[in-house]
Amino acid sequence: MSENINVALIGNPNTGKTSVFNQLTGLKQKVGNYPGITVEKKQGVCKLPNGTKANILDLPGTYSLNTTSLDESVVVELLLNKNNKDYPDVAVVISDVENLKRNLLLFTQIKDLKIPSILVINMSDRMSRKGISLDVSVLEQKLDTKIALVSTRKGQGIDQIKSLIADYQNLSNTGNLDTSRIAPEYFNQLQKAFPEEDLYKLWLVITQDVNFLSIEKKRIQDATSFSTKSENELKKLQHRETVLRYQFINNALKETYKVDTNAATGFRATLDKILTHKVFGYVIFFGILLLIFQAIFDWSSYPQDFIDEQFAAAAEWMKSTLPAGVFTDLLAEGILVGIGGIVIFVPQIAFLFLFISLLEESGYMSRVVFLMDRLMRPFGLSGKSVVPLISGTACAIPAVMATRTIESWKERLITILVTPFTTCSARLPVYLILIALVIPDGSFLGISYQALTLMLLYLLGFGMAILSASVLNKILKIKSRSLFMIEMPTYRLPLFKNVAYTVLEKTKSFVFGAGKIILAISIILWFLGSNGISDQFKNAEEIVGQRIENDGLSPYSQNYIQNNIDAYLASDVVNDQDANGESITQLRLELAERAKAQEIASYKLEHSFIGYAGKAIEPIVKPLGYDWKIGIAVLTSFAAREVFVGTLATIYSVGSDEEETIKNRMAAELDETGRKPLFNLASGISLMLFYAFAMQCMSTLAIVKRETNSWKWPMLQLVFMSVFAYLVALTAFQILN
Amino acid sequence: MATVLDLQEGQLGVIKEFSDTALPVKLLELGCLPGNTVKLVQIAPLKDPIYIDVNGSHIAIRRSLAQQIELDIDEDSTSV
Repeated sequence: MSENINVALIGNPNTGKTSVFNQLTGLKQKVGNYPGITVEKKQGVCKLPNGTKANILDLPGTYSLNTTSLDESVVVELLLNKNNKDYPDVAVVISDVENLKRNLLLFTQIKDLKIPSILVINMSDRMSRKGISLDVSVLEQKLDTKIALVSTRKGQGIDQIKSLIADYQNLSNTGNLDTSRIAPEYFNQLQKAFPEEDLYKLWLVITQDVNFLSIEKKRIQDATSFSTKSENELKKLQHRETVLRYQFINNALKETYKVDTNAATGFRATLDKILTHKVFGYVIFFGILLLIFQAIFDWSSYPQDFIDEQFAAAAEWMKSTLPAGVFTDLLAEGILVGIGGIVIFVPQIAFLFLFISLLEESGYMSRVVFLMDRLMRPFGLSGKSVVPLISGTACAIPAVMATRTIESWKERLITILVTPFTTCSARLPVYLILIALVIPDGSFLGISYQALTLMLLYLLGFGMAILSASVLNKILKIKSRSLFMIEMPTYRLPLFKNVAYTVLEKTKSFVFGAGKIILAISIILWFLGSNGISDQFKNAEEIVGQRIENDGLSPYSQNYIQNNIDAYLASDVVNDQDANGESITQLRLELAERAKAQEIASYKLEHSFIGYAGKAIEPIVKPLGYDWKIGIAVLTSFAAREVFVGTLATIYSVGSDEEETIKNRMAAELDETGRKPLFNLASGISLMLFYAFAMQCMSTLAIVKRETNSWKWPMLQLVFMSVFAYLVALTAFQILN
Repeated sequence: MATVLDLQEGQLGVIKEFSDTALPVKLLELGCLPGNTVKLVQIAPLKDPIYIDVNGSHIAIRRSLAQQIELDIDEDSTSV
């Protein structure tokens, strides 16, 4: 089976292209990226009735081959490049029966590329409800193609697509429109200059150079000598081309496609009136937002706790079962903890994408954009910025990718730059532990101070995003016409299968994409923390052992032992006779042994590579109220914020990530004067503010680099956000202290 | 000259021409072409953007863009 047929699925957005793809390929699909850019590339394999196999490529949705975004350029680049290994033997153009006229525009363009094409008319189950009648065989003649009438919702017509693909060699490959009709003189000249080349392809190469981004574009050949016409003139020709195409389409549909407008229901109009109402519209939107927050922060805590426990248990099991040694340590303390740090975010990511894909599939997202556009504009943002800002509360990475739909480069860039201010889920564990430590109990209007603080931190993130957007709007001198335009698709019940695939895919790409980085950092951290070259490090056992013999255990350890014994005595397992018996002595010995091990680990860490690094940065973080250990945690957080708790856990030599234990340990930590807790209101607030503003995420920087195609913007983010965070944290600490 | 902005909600108009030739090609491709009918479906709560139905395509555009689409208003069409 070496010679598979290459099939490309092409179609307008909202035509159910993904559903067709899912039904053709089932679970046999893989998602990757186009080389060098972050446009998703979905491929799958489909078995055809004649026994051969087809490689199905799901191309990004596009309205036409005149591209306005990166996603769309991918389509044109592939279709113009015969040497591309994915170049299709046959193109399957997906259309929606309700919007057939508009969908055919793209179809005629594909036809004109002389690629054998099949037309799929989807959502045929809606025909009778919408009063549509269609004469398929006549339309096939008019368009010079084969048509499959499909309903992905009911699973009808998929087999017909397969047999049409298998039979692709019998498809016509002549075009629909004679390109030279657009401007006979100009095109005749062009043809004379390139007698070997196809006119429509030449035309695309000339016009499609006006690119959304300066992404390196593989020119098919050098036709620039002919783009002597001004941009405006070219645009006029494109208008003329569109008019000609619609003439052809109207002619083809005149006898074959009829709509009885009376049958169209008012469901859409009614729903639109409610969902974009000046009061209810916003109320419903914020209600949905609240629900999403609830899901991300509350519902996902159950599976998260479960995952956390399982990983802790697995690490424990590994340590007790595998032979002790460097390899086991690396596995249990480095790799396993690292993987746990990735997997623990899976529930949140899954919930977020579940909601986002439900909102998108149903057609609601467009209404939100419609509602919010005017509100966002004074800040230099677009209605379409709302989607990234919302998804930024889970993770800035998919959020930055979601800015691709924004037409205006300036609005898009601003959205990309400010999105990392929104409180992403990685900040949450940091906030939670600090709030529990430094914010006093008590309540205001029935809401606890702690909950209020958390809410304020979220508002702070959004506020900062909006504020810096309006500053950027004033500073950035980018001329970019806003050609805001969004389709308001028909409301549809989301297809379970599509939603499930989206959630699965996004979660997978999170685990394997961002996961790799987190994993690498965990391993590096583990290595730096458990190795050292100084004599203190090498002789830690003797030094600490000596100290304990001379001075006894540290006050912290003695506290630890006493607390555990108190807990033991208070528990039900102990009856009175036992109270002073052997079991207590036994327990005391065990605890002392454990405390000693912890003190050794702690001493070692202080003299490991990471310990020295921490001491080196201490002068920088001291004015913010942090000691060297927090400094290290902050520093490692620049790779990914969620490392903070884990790093402190390691540094404070608490074996597990269990929050209660690490919280107690942090609460017991004293500042250098030895009188005040290290984590007090001043240093705690200072830390939270630092995390709220600092750009501590390598993956986000990497994605911003890819999306803006320049190091300038991510570097600007890194420097500006971090310096700002430092100054705010400094001010807060100095005032509160 | 009347533009899309002069339509009442629910009112129809027939596109005549565009005051700016730099109108995005995408808009034309969605069916916004001279001779086609536009219906103003709804105006956003803050007056902008506006939601139109042109040639069966339901799209939202900003006022600045809508202003460039010139048309003949069908005065009798103010149904719903």
